[in-house]
Amino acid sequence: MPTESTSVSGAGRLAVRKTYKLFIGGAFPRSESGRSYAVTSSGGDFLANAALASRKDVRDAVRAARSAFGKWSAATAYNRGQILYRVAEMLEGRRAQFIDEVSAHGAGGDAASTVDAAIDLWVWYAGWSDKIAQVYGNANPVAGPYFNLSSPEPTGVVGLVAPQESPLLGLVATLAPIIVTGNTAVVLAAEDRPLPAITLAEVLTTSDLPGGVVNLLTGRIAETVPWLASHMDVNGLDLAGVTDPALAADLEAAAADNLKRVVRPPAAPVDWHADPGVGRMIPFLETKTVWHPKGA
Amino acid sequence: MAFEYAPAPESVSIVNIRPSYGLFINGEFVDPKDGERFKTVNPANEEVLAEVASAGPSDVDTAVAAARTAYDTVWRRLPGRERAKYLFRIARIIQERARELAVLESIDNGKPIRESRDVDVPLVAAHFFYYAGWADKLPHAGLGPDPRPLGVAGQVIPWNFPLLMLAWKIAPALAAGNTVVLKPAETTPLTALLFAEICQQADLPPGVVNIVTGAGETGRLLVEHDGVDKVAFTGSTEVGRLIARSLAGTRKRLTLELGGKAANIVFDDAPIDQAVEGIVNGIFFNQGHVCCAGSRLLVQESVAEELLDALKRRMARLRVGDPLDKNTDVGAINSAAQLEKIRALSEIGESEGAQRWSPPCELPERGFWFAPTVFTGVSQAHRIAREEIFGPVLSVLTFRTPAEAVEKANNTPYGLSAGIWSEKGSRILAVADRLRAGVVWANTFNKFDPTSPFGGYKESGYGREGGRHGLEAYLAH
Repeated sequence: MPTESTSVSGAGRLAVRKTYKLFIGGAFPRSESGRSYAVTSSGGDFLANAALASRKDVRDAVRAARSAFGKWSAATAYNRGQILYRVAEMLEGRRAQFIDEVSAHGAGGDAASTVDAAIDLWVWYAGWSDKIAQVYGNANPVAGPYFNLSSPEPTGVVGLVAPQESPLLGLVATLAPIIVTGNTAVVLAAEDRPLPAITLAEVLTTSDLPGGVVNLLTGRIAETVPWLASHMDVNGLDLAGVTDPALAADLEAAAADNLKRVVRPPAAPVDWHADPGVGRMIPFLETKTVWHPKGA
Repeated sequence: MAFEYAPAPESVSIVNIRPSYGLFINGEFVDPKDGERFKTVNPANEEVLAEVASAGPSDVDTAVAAARTAYDTVWRRLPGRERAKYLFRIARIIQERARELAVLESIDNGKPIRESRDVDVPLVAAHFFYYAGWADKLPHAGLGPDPRPLGVAGQVIPWNFPLLMLAWKIAPALAAGNTVVLKPAETTPLTALLFAEICQQADLPPGVVNIVTGAGETGRLLVEHDGVDKVAFTGSTEVGRLIARSLAGTRKRLTLELGGKAANIVFDDAPIDQAVEGIVNGIFFNQGHVCCAGSRLLVQESVAEELLDALKRRMARLRVGDPLDKNTDVGAINSAAQLEKIRALSEIGESEGAQRWSPPCELPERGFWFAPTVFTGVSQAHRIAREEIFGPVLSVLTFRTPAEAVEKANNTPYGLSAGIWSEKGSRILAVADRLRAGVVWANTFNKFDPTSPFGGYKESGYGREGGRHGLEAYLAH
């Protein structure tokens, strides 16, 4: 970000700026459309040009997420927990960078404590990987000689519109619960505050998270998300960051085409620092119940 | 010499069908204000059973208002242990009137009395018993320390298991502290109206349960009503999609239990005779009017011939006919419209090149009947392998490897149920893991229990009914 750079005149060196790109299938491409949009700070200063994702980028991201689903959903819960904890370690290592980006976006509150909360929340979710099945599954005492067990399984590919007002903590609070249970994700970053999301993608790619488990797009919600909502190979949709009620209703209606599981935008502002409970994991879990007769 | 079964009809004297029924609103039967009346017929002989009210907009308004008042003034304020006792009462009355309910169900639906008597009605009573016990234990349901009811639930149920679907909807809703307006299916309203009498006998506070009869339009009025906080629907994927669309942008909660096209996978090491029983139970139970029916048989190539021979021998022994005969295995198709749909898809199966076979069987002259049917030589592209027929029609496909079986089983937009037949435990568990379906029956099929969650993946809907998971649909947490 330019905020870190020093002037070329005088004794300082010229900073090497980062190009903020998309994150699809573990790679960092520009938008296939060749478009970008200027991201500015809360004060109106230029921060960077972010890729302006297109319909084709959405479809590429969905394809990458679908390809990654088989392996990620079949990974052991222990393995997923290890990888997610590794993500938290990498987040910690980039703490200063995240604080800079979050404060540049002026996302309210104390940037340092927000970043700390995001890292701690990621650790919290990492620990859920091998517990959610025990908490949300069930041995069922059926009235007959049958073994009967209900277990949660991931829904599949989940589209996420990340919260607009909280570009890092809000993103962590919605993304981590989707992938910890074995889903893969296509994320639309906060439209005007996308920088921490792209840096998070850089964290994910250096944390042994398989390519395609998380795919991250930057761009216009109203342009891209309808393609995600109507995509027949997407199984779930979290509209956390959709602020226009009419758009949210249209997206939910489009999602009905293949009966996506939809999490509606919150009815009231969310305190992302509060204990989230299991409420954001459950919507993208399917319960499978297996029966088998008992008999010697 | 062939041994024939003598007729063994169940007596109908136990049921008393009134010539005409009103709507059950606020604890009493009332005439429709703006609705018409329609007739419900016995599908086994096409005789009119009764006239039933078709609820219009102001009837639905009144019913929702009654449910709201009951919610605000009585039901939500009642301690859980008191709600529990009402539900236990209802469960007991269902047991006391079990035979009456079973006979009425068979008359209105066409299902064999053996099923309504031994499966449907016992499960209905068990479902109320199960959820009765939850009413005062909700903080232990794993949904947070203080789960709260949602309000008024609008519930729309299908005709294939009329009373059982009513129980699946009403029992958890009431246990969680909600009040309900339920619309039974157009062709099978009678047991829901008898259930209304049971609510009266139980002294259930007026308005806690309201029953509005009618066709699809009444259902639409109910689910789109502004006074409804939660919608629960069981029926076709097509209608489920419409409902999901119509609820977009509202704060209403929704659960959907929709169609299916279940694969029943038979591996070469399966015990053939048991598998055949499971296949027959999977597709001919309830005339195949079962969303989780095992309608796609996937059989390993090496045992396909042997299995199909055994299956055809078994099918030839199925007794099709009078639903009230205690020896009947396969009863009447529920309606003329459904019979037409089954016929049309079966003809398409033939025209697309699959081989059709039915055992010789004499069907009654009046009523709606369809002989148990099996199609062999079916490919994945055939419509009879993709679309829900909802009748006694089995499509047979073959496979060579477990991976191919899983691939074919999952090659459907549905994901409600699946079956696996094998003697090898590790194979069963591995295949069960990979099937994208909400219920997997291994070495059994079509088993149901109030403690066991039921519901689909993908386009078979969302949410679960039954078990601890079934409470979640009716609680805010």
